Amino acid sequence: MSGSLIEVRGVSKSFGGVVANKEVSIDVAEGGITGLIGPNGSGKTTLFNSIVGYHPIDEGSIKFKGQEISKLRVPDIARLGLLRTFQQTRIYSKMDCMKNMLISVSHRDEGLGSMFGSMHDRETEAFAEELLEFVGLYQKRFLIAGELSFGQQKLLEFAMALMNRPKVLLLDEPTAGINPTLINGLIDRLKRANEQFGITLFVIEHNMRVIMNLADRISCLAHGELLATGTPDEVQNDPRVVEAYLGAH
Amino acid sequence: MSAQKLDLSLYGVLIAAGILVPLLAPAFTSQMAILWLMVLMAVTWDMTGGQMGYNSLGNIAFFGIGMYASAVVQIGIVYDVAEYTAAFGAIKVDFTVEQYWTGLLLGIGFGGVVATVFALIIGPFMLGLRGPYFAIGTLGLAVAVAELVSGWSYVGGGSGISMPVFPGEAASGSQVFYVLLFVLAILAHVVIRAIYKTRFGLAINAIRDDEDKAEAMGIHTTRYKVTAWMVPAFFMGMAGAVFGNMSGFIEPLEVAFPTATFGIFMVAMALLGGKGTVWGPVLGAILFHIVKEVTWTHLLGWQWVALGAIIIINIVYFQQGILGWAQDRWPSLFGVTVDEKTTRTGQAEAAK
Amino acid sequence: MFDNISILFQAPIFAVDLLVQGLLIGGIFVLAAYGLALVWGVMNVKNLAQGDMVILGGYVAYQCTLWGIHPILALPIAFVVLFVLGWGVYAAIIRRVVDRDMFTSLLATFGLSLLIQQALNLRFGPEVKIAEAGFGTFDIGELSIPAIRFVGLGLAAVLAICIVLFMRNSRMGQAIRATSQDPRAARVLGINTDQVYAFTYALNAAICGAAGVLVAMIWNIQPFYGLVHSIRAFIIVTAAGLGNLPGVIVAGFGLGVWENYSGFIFGAEFAVAAVVGLLVVVLMVRLFQMYRLRQVVR
Repeated sequence: MSGSLIEVRGVSKSFGGVVANKEVSIDVAEGGITGLIGPNGSGKTTLFNSIVGYHPIDEGSIKFKGQEISKLRVPDIARLGLLRTFQQTRIYSKMDCMKNMLISVSHRDEGLGSMFGSMHDRETEAFAEELLEFVGLYQKRFLIAGELSFGQQKLLEFAMALMNRPKVLLLDEPTAGINPTLINGLIDRLKRANEQFGITLFVIEHNMRVIMNLADRISCLAHGELLATGTPDEVQNDPRVVEAYLGAH
Repeated sequence: MSAQKLDLSLYGVLIAAGILVPLLAPAFTSQMAILWLMVLMAVTWDMTGGQMGYNSLGNIAFFGIGMYASAVVQIGIVYDVAEYTAAFGAIKVDFTVEQYWTGLLLGIGFGGVVATVFALIIGPFMLGLRGPYFAIGTLGLAVAVAELVSGWSYVGGGSGISMPVFPGEAASGSQVFYVLLFVLAILAHVVIRAIYKTRFGLAINAIRDDEDKAEAMGIHTTRYKVTAWMVPAFFMGMAGAVFGNMSGFIEPLEVAFPTATFGIFMVAMALLGGKGTVWGPVLGAILFHIVKEVTWTHLLGWQWVALGAIIIINIVYFQQGILGWAQDRWPSLFGVTVDEKTTRTGQAEAAK
Repeated sequence: MFDNISILFQAPIFAVDLLVQGLLIGGIFVLAAYGLALVWGVMNVKNLAQGDMVILGGYVAYQCTLWGIHPILALPIAFVVLFVLGWGVYAAIIRRVVDRDMFTSLLATFGLSLLIQQALNLRFGPEVKIAEAGFGTFDIGELSIPAIRFVGLGLAAVLAICIVLFMRNSRMGQAIRATSQDPRAARVLGINTDQVYAFTYALNAAICGAAGVLVAMIWNIQPFYGLVHSIRAFIIVTAAGLGNLPGVIVAGFGLGVWENYSGFIFGAEFAVAAVVGLLVVVLMVRLFQMYRLRQVVR
C-alpha cells in the first residue's frame, strides 16, 4: 500500500459546549477506499466538514499530500483535488445536466484568461457525455437538473464529482435515499471510479452491507472519538463497535 | 428557427427600429435615447442580478461615477476643474470643436474605466456578502457615494456642474447622443450575450443556483463574481458619461445617482421581462418605457405612487417575468428535451 | 475637519453635549431596529419600508397637531393607525412573500417604501416638518437640552418595556416566539402562524409609528427621510445580530452618538454619508469576522 493521502491527526472540534470530534486521527490511503462508520451524531459529517474546510478546527492538523490544509478555505481545498459530495444532494438545480457537468471541470490550474474560454470543446463534452452514460443519465442530459428525481440527482452529483478528476472524493452517505435495487449498481460504479479513474474514496455510510463490500479499511467513530480502525472483518468483529451500534448508553 | 437565427433577427429588428424611428419621427429622438439607456441598464443589471443571483440595488453608482469622471476629464483638459466648479457656472468656457470631441470621447472611455476600477476595488468586499446583505449593502453604497459627491466641492458638490455645450445645433446634438446610447445598448447586449456562451456564463449560473456547491467544486467564485460586476460597471459608466453630456448639467441626487428612479427601474424592467434570460430585460425595458410614457402624463402626480404599486405587483405576483413564464409554459422551445438515444453511440429509437 | 476636532478638545462641554444629545436620539433608533429584528427574526422579512413607516408615524403626529391634538397624545393614535395599516399591508403583500426568497421581500418592501414616500410627498409636500410639543429647554449646568428629548427617551423606554413584557408574558407573545423558532412545529401544535405573522408585522408597523411620533417631536420629518431611517435600523440589527436585545440597545445608542459626532466633525453635508458609510463598514466587519470562521455573511 502506498502512503497516506489524507492524514488527520488529533483533530478536535466542538460547537458551543457540544464536543463533535475529540482527538480524531485517521489516515486515508492513496488509491484505496476508506470507510467511516458510526452511530448517528457520532461526528462523521463534522469530520468531513473539517477536512474540506467548512469550519475551523479547534486543535490538531489535517494534511493532504503532506500539505497542511486545516487553515485553507473550501474552494482552495477543492482545487487541490479534494472534493466532497453532500448528504443533502446539491446540484445546480436550474441548469440542464450537461451544463452541470461542463462547469464541474477541474479548476486547478485555471488562469484569468480561461474564464472566457469556450465551454464547447469536443473533448470536454465527450468526457461529460461519457460520464453521464456511466451513471445512466445520458438520455436526460438536456433536462433541468432540479427536476430529476432525488436518486438521479445523487447520481448526477457523483458524475459531476468525477468530471472534476479529483485525487480524493469524500462521499457523505452515497446510498442514502437510493432505491435498494439500485444500490448494487452504485457500489459497482464506486468501485469502477476507484479502479478506472484512480480516485481515492473516503466514504461515510450507514448501510453496513454496502460499506463492508466497498471499503478496504474502515474507521468507526462514536461520541466524537475514534473507536476502532482496521479491515472490514476486524471492525465488524470488534466488540466495542458492536456495542456502540447495539448497546445502550 | 434556431436560437442563433432568432437572435440575429431580433438584433435586426432592434437596429431597424433604432435607425428608422428617429428618421421617421424625429420628435421621439430623445424618448428613444432614454429607451436605449433603459435597455442598457436592464441588460447589464441582469448579468449580476439575473444570471448570477446577486441582486444589486446600487448599480446606479457606476452610472454616476462614470458621469462625474467624464465631466472632470472633459472640463479638465481645457480648464482647472476646481475653479470652474467654484464659480457655479459663472465661468463660460469656450471649447473648440476639436476640444469638445476629444473631451467627449476621452470622457466616455474614462467614465467606463473609472466605474470598472471602482467595481474591481469594492467588488471583492461587497460580493462577499450574500443575499439580502448584498442588496442592502449595495443600496447603502449607492446612497453613500451620492452623498459623498454632494459634499465634495471639487466637483461642485450639491450644486452640480454644467457640461460643455455641444458645438452646433441642439437637434444634431441630440442625434449624436441618441446614436451613442443606441450603439452602447446594442454593444452591451452583444458583448454580454457572447460571454454568456463561454465558461463564464456557466460559472455565474452555477453561483446563482448554489454558491456553496460551486465553491466546493473549486470554482474561483470571487474572480467570476467581481468580473460579473465589472462588465455592467463598464457599460453603466460609459452610459453615464453620455447621459451627463446629453443632460448638459449634472448634479448628484437627481441626474447622476437617481437611486429611487433609474436605480430601481432597472431592477423592475429586468424582472418584468424575465430575469436571467437573454432577451427578457430588453423586452421588459421596452414595455416598461412604453407604459410609463403613455400613462405618466395622465396620472397627475400620482405616477410615482403607481410606480411603487407596479413594482410590488410585479415582484409579488409575477416574479418570473414574461420570458420566465414562457419558459415554464413551453420548456421544449428553450431546449429542455429528453434525448431519445439511450446511449452515446446507440441509434435513436425515433429514427427507426 | 481637524478644526472641528480641536474644538471638541478645547470645549469639552461641547463634546458632552453631543454625547447626551446622541444618546437621547439613539433611544428612538432602538425602537425601529427592534421592530426590524422582530419581523426579520420571526418571519424572515427584510422590511425596507421600515423607515417610511417611521416617517408615516411622524406625519400622523403632524396631522394631529394641525387638528390641535398634542403630539404626545398622537403617540397612541399613531400606534393604532400604523397597527391597522401594517395588518393591511401584511394581508395584501407580505403574506405572499414570507416563504419566498429574501430578495423578494426586500424588493417588495422597497416598492412599498417608494409608494409611502411618494404618497406623503403628494399629501404634505417636500418641506421639512416638525410636530411642536411646546416644551422648553432643560438646563443641567452649562448644558441646555430641549426637555422634549428627555420626554421622548422616557416614552421610548416605557414603550420598549411594555413590548418586552408583552412578548414575555402574553399568549400572543409566546406564539410569536414559538413561530420564530420553528414555524412548522408551531403550525402542527395548532398555532395559527398566518395570524402570528400578521400580528408581528402589524406590531412592527405600530412600533415604527410610535417611534415616528417621537422623531417628529424631537427632530424633523420629510417624505424622503425614510430610507436613512431604514438604513439605521439595518445597521443596528446587523451590528447586534438577530435576537440580541441588549446588543440592539447598545448599537442604537452608539449609532445616535456616532451620528452627532460625525455630523459635527465632518460637517452637516456629510451627515447622511456618515450614516450610510457606517452601514458599509459594519457589513465589512461582519465579513471579516465570518472569514475567520471560514464562513460567509448570509
